[in-house]
Amino acid sequence: MRTIRAAAVGAVTLSLALAATACGGGSSTGGGSDNSPKTLTYWASNQGASIAVDKKVLQPELDKFEKRTGIKVKLEVVPWSDLLNRILTATTSGQGPDVLNIGNTWSASLQATGALLPWDAKNFAKIGGKDRFVDSALGSTGAEGKDPAAVPLYSMAYALYYNKQIFADAGISKPPATWDELVADGKKISAKGKSVLGAEGSNVAENIHHVFVFAKQHGADFFTADGKPDFTNDNVVAAVKQYVDLMAKDKVIPTGNAEYAQNQSVSDFAKGKQAMLLWQSASSNLKSQGMSEDAYGIAPVPVQSGTPGTGAQVNSMVAGINLAVFKNTDNLDGATKFVKFMTSDAEQKILNTAYSSIPPVKAAQSDAAFTAPANAVLKDTLATSAAALPQVASESQFETTVGTAVKDLFADAAAGRPVTTDSVKAALQKAQQQMPAK
Amino acid sequence: MTTATEVRKPVHKSSPGAARHPRRPGRIRRVSLPYLLLLPALVLELLVHLVPMVIGIVMSFKELTQFYIRDWGSAPWSGLDNYSMSVDFNAPVGEALLHSFLVTVGFTLLSVALCWLIGTAAAICMQDTFRGRGLLRALFLVPYALPVYAAVITWVFMFQHDNGLVNHVLHDQLHLTDKPSFWLIGDNSFYALLTVSVWKGWPFAFLIVMAGLQNIPKELYEAAALDGAGMWQQIRRITLPSLRPVNQVLVLVLFLWTFNDFNTPYVLFGRSAPEAADLISVHIYQASFVTWNFGTGSAMSVLLLLFLLVVTGTYLLLTSRGRRAADV
Repeated sequence: MRTIRAAAVGAVTLSLALAATACGGGSSTGGGSDNSPKTLTYWASNQGASIAVDKKVLQPELDKFEKRTGIKVKLEVVPWSDLLNRILTATTSGQGPDVLNIGNTWSASLQATGALLPWDAKNFAKIGGKDRFVDSALGSTGAEGKDPAAVPLYSMAYALYYNKQIFADAGISKPPATWDELVADGKKISAKGKSVLGAEGSNVAENIHHVFVFAKQHGADFFTADGKPDFTNDNVVAAVKQYVDLMAKDKVIPTGNAEYAQNQSVSDFAKGKQAMLLWQSASSNLKSQGMSEDAYGIAPVPVQSGTPGTGAQVNSMVAGINLAVFKNTDNLDGATKFVKFMTSDAEQKILNTAYSSIPPVKAAQSDAAFTAPANAVLKDTLATSAAALPQVASESQFETTVGTAVKDLFADAAAGRPVTTDSVKAALQKAQQQMPAK
Repeated sequence: MTTATEVRKPVHKSSPGAARHPRRPGRIRRVSLPYLLLLPALVLELLVHLVPMVIGIVMSFKELTQFYIRDWGSAPWSGLDNYSMSVDFNAPVGEALLHSFLVTVGFTLLSVALCWLIGTAAAICMQDTFRGRGLLRALFLVPYALPVYAAVITWVFMFQHDNGLVNHVLHDQLHLTDKPSFWLIGDNSFYALLTVSVWKGWPFAFLIVMAGLQNIPKELYEAAALDGAGMWQQIRRITLPSLRPVNQVLVLVLFLWTFNDFNTPYVLFGRSAPEAADLISVHIYQASFVTWNFGTGSAMSVLLLLFLLVVTGTYLLLTSRGRRAADV
């Protein structure tokens, strides 16, 4: 009898426990609080060559932070393929990290969800004020006219990386400054049996970064001034076509690159199989793949004609990582302190050196570490000829739809099917139709 | 409905005889015990199956975009908007869904047919004892035993354009193609997907059919052989009819698994599948996660659920009626 009763009690308890744990999630949907002042959870994006490298870079800094404030930071480095999904899930459930890295192009989209703490004047004052940061970096922190959803952490820009030996063998004395020059140099390089330029044709985000710059160079934008998608205007079509034509018509991008999505083009470049690479802050990545710094040169990304600048002379997006505070944090004060720590001059120098990026903090940028020739090109580009991706709520949908359209166009080019103005326009039309109506 | 009065009856302290002649409260306890013991399972079933399903159905009637996901109770009700958008085949969203649906149907039919054919053929060949039969049987089951991700990522490497094994064999060694083909992008991706799916699925058919074959009495074959039936006739007249109940379940299970398969296309192609291989599971994933419109994604899922229910119901109805007729 006793065992039966025990079994019954056990069964009921178990059921209650199950129901309680299942319903327990998602309860903290309020604003931030200071309920657990001694710990923080931090989701870092994967900036180094691997997740292990990131942990090695970040852990000593987090230990430093703990020593100073007594707050223990639990670090998780989230790979890029998962980061946005993880953030979305955290947003939906209200259970997330306290502080997190976001790709700066997602700022406006994530801002619209209301999951991130807005950085108004009061919050900025806690980390030393808004004017500590470079303007171009602040331009990628959320929709215009709204308080930024995050603060800049690392800045990056695209540059043209070229293999000095291959250039010398092909008799090319200086890196191409315009696309025409690049195509002409490509012929000399192909003649020597090397492939010319790398691309990640199946990587949706990479495609977007490039066609965005090409659109700028054609004087066009993917969104109208009031934030409506405008993918099919003639200049955008011409811009996308010019990028895909690098494979389809000019034959400088090998057709095999159409299926690249795991940074194979960086490996090809590091192995000396390919002469040029358009990449953001590639130095540490190339180093980890065994390419010595003397083996390659860094030049600004080509333009249509003339020299890089603003307007149609733009030659890079403002790439970078922002640091955001999750609104549901239970350690708001600690989270703000952590942001202050990570954006302090000293930490900015250490972290940006480790990741070969440029500090978005003015005082740190002038440090000697960032005036080396490699960084000079990136710094120059950021300062004079980089533009922020559209800061609209539907930015992440734009990346998916247009990025996929470019991927499909590359697939056409690779299969030898013609890429015409009409086919480009049709692909972009389809992308535009998939954008949210509101 | 006498429980209320029963409970009110005075409870006596149980004496040694109480167990043999249980008083009523004890009986209630005894009657309710099985239900109490079932309770954890029931709660789990509710939590794991029914609640998420109901939530999914509720979501499909909401306008659950990025502006509301943080507090999705506040998302406005959108009535049937998500559904009408999904089934409006003249508009881009519905057209894409229909295309994806047709691709999935074609893919599933081919994959199930090939899995069944190869699995059955292999099982019949393995029926006679010969040296190395055990080894071959084990070998055949390897694709089924491998973790999906590890298996499919290996296929990704083999299908690569520049360094892949498939192009090396087809193009470099056999010279079947003029130039190396792309398998992971463009139209060929359908065949790549089909290949991996069949490779992964046929061992299950093999396993089930092999088990079914053990139940067919040897005497039937001996009698047939005496009557002069050849191998083909034996397969057609004895093996296949005897396997009927097994096949009925096998084909249904294969169909449902293949139709809903998410892992294979996702690992092969990533989050944006080429149009030729745009399976509906990945399509729905993209509609919800990548464009952040969970309402539309849920509506598409509910439609898929309804479709699979109808197919399964019709299939079971037809096959069981057929069997009843055959039994008579």
